[in-house]
Amino acid sequence: MADYKLPLPTKQPESDFYWEKAQAHELWLRKCNTCGDAYFYPRDICPKCYSNDVSWIQASGKGTLHAYSIVERGPIPPFRDAVPYVAALIDLDEGPRMPTNLVGVEFDDEHIKIGMAVEVTFDEVTDEVTLPKFKPAS
Amino acid sequence: MANLSKTAAIVGVAESDEIGIVPGKSALMMHMEAARNALADAALTKDDVDGFFTAGYWNYDVAEFLGIKPTYTDSTSVGGSSFVIHVAHAIAAINAGYCEVALITHGQMGRSARAPYGRDPNLPSAQYDSPYGIIGPPVNYAMAASRYMHQYGEERTRQALAEIAVSTRKWAQMNPKAMMRDPMTFDDYHNSRWIARPFHLLDCCLVTDAGAAVVVTSAERAKTLPKAPVYVLGAAEHHDHSLIHQMPDLTVTPAAITGPAALAMAGVTHKDIDLTMIYDSFTYTVLATLESLGFCGPGEGPDFLANQRSAPGGDWPLNTSGGGLSYTHPGMYGIFLIVEAVRQLRGETGERQLKDPKLSLVNGTGGLLSSTGTIILGVD
Ligand SMILES: [Zn+2]
Repeated sequence: MADYKLPLPTKQPESDFYWEKAQAHELWLRKCNTCGDAYFYPRDICPKCYSNDVSWIQASGKGTLHAYSIVERGPIPPFRDAVPYVAALIDLDEGPRMPTNLVGVEFDDEHIKIGMAVEVTFDEVTDEVTLPKFKPAS
Repeated sequence: MANLSKTAAIVGVAESDEIGIVPGKSALMMHMEAARNALADAALTKDDVDGFFTAGYWNYDVAEFLGIKPTYTDSTSVGGSSFVIHVAHAIAAINAGYCEVALITHGQMGRSARAPYGRDPNLPSAQYDSPYGIIGPPVNYAMAASRYMHQYGEERTRQALAEIAVSTRKWAQMNPKAMMRDPMTFDDYHNSRWIARPFHLLDCCLVTDAGAAVVVTSAERAKTLPKAPVYVLGAAEHHDHSLIHQMPDLTVTPAAITGPAALAMAGVTHKDIDLTMIYDSFTYTVLATLESLGFCGPGEGPDFLANQRSAPGGDWPLNTSGGGLSYTHPGMYGIFLIVEAVRQLRGETGERQLKDPKLSLVNGTGGLLSSTGTIILGVD
């Protein structure tokens, strides 16, 4: 894992919990107790109604594929050697949309369909960082 | 709100001395050459400038290099749309009496910079996007295009993207300053290599070195200058997200707000527009934007664009400079849309000149379909 060359997240105080839970193979979201909105990415104040009364909830990890790209040319040098990979946006069952990689699937239009059911999987890329990714639902 | 339509005019536009691949210049030299050239075009001098507008770099870094000491400064920085929005802000500032001669400059070495440009790693993109290779415009815009294809049909979307790439190249062939002037066939488009599916190479803009500048002043002062004023008849701005996963609808850009608002301010409709200049970072940017602007309804863009309507000789001229796709695109291209619109309205574009255009709609887009500025320009 020491030779992992791709960018790692610079965690922020409002997202430390998100990344801690990812290391435990759990996907957690912020949810507002005032307006009821679950949102991605984490912020300590609800971006919809500005309430401070926000909780963490564990997401089901289930969702659908909203949009994707099979990337054939890496946008920066470390990704040049990582192609092809699938950049994807997932609509989580709890409501929010999040960016990720689609994995565990053949990279072609026959196997990747917008609207397909997907579920979270966890990629332990370093000792400190685990990235939530998504695969076709079992 | 006061209607500022036709209270100010663009009186000077220019590129830097050279654009394209220019390793012998820095970005700030691009700003400086363009500033000097645009002021000369306006028949004004550096010392006439009291309002200064730029994006990308901090205003005082650029202004110092240019030897300009403004009493009004605006650093609105929302990607490639910034410079179009600067025009909107300039007309407000001029009307408020904060400045009389506004200079807007841009310069970027997208191709040949000696050090990379970067984003702050403390921003959310560094946590949620970069680790997944969701970095830079092609990957992000490609995902948006995939959604459009899903909603409105892959084949007709693909044809629309091809129409845009091919027609834009035809215009570029008539622009001596354009970087890509070789003919492009539909087959060339379809056979170009993949970058980020569904984008082929020829869906993507160029990466160049270039600068440009625009001078805006009051309508009154504009009438004292030698060239015909190009009046700012309408202007509007909007941004509704930064990161692509926060975009409310991947097929609708902020132009859905700024297009109708700018047209209403100008008191004109889509049918009145003689020249449409739409930021073409990608073919898809044009497709989504023309629908959002209201030239046609959602999903109707492929029919609207069919049969090379946007090419030379067509009835909906688009991006007559050759656009970001074939003319130049240093990174934040929006200012070049204004340069071409002004030249067309003045009748200065030679072989590609439209017949007596009176009205142009200019729409800049910034970030990841994040921000737009729309202005309506017109001549008497
Ligand atoms: Zn709330």
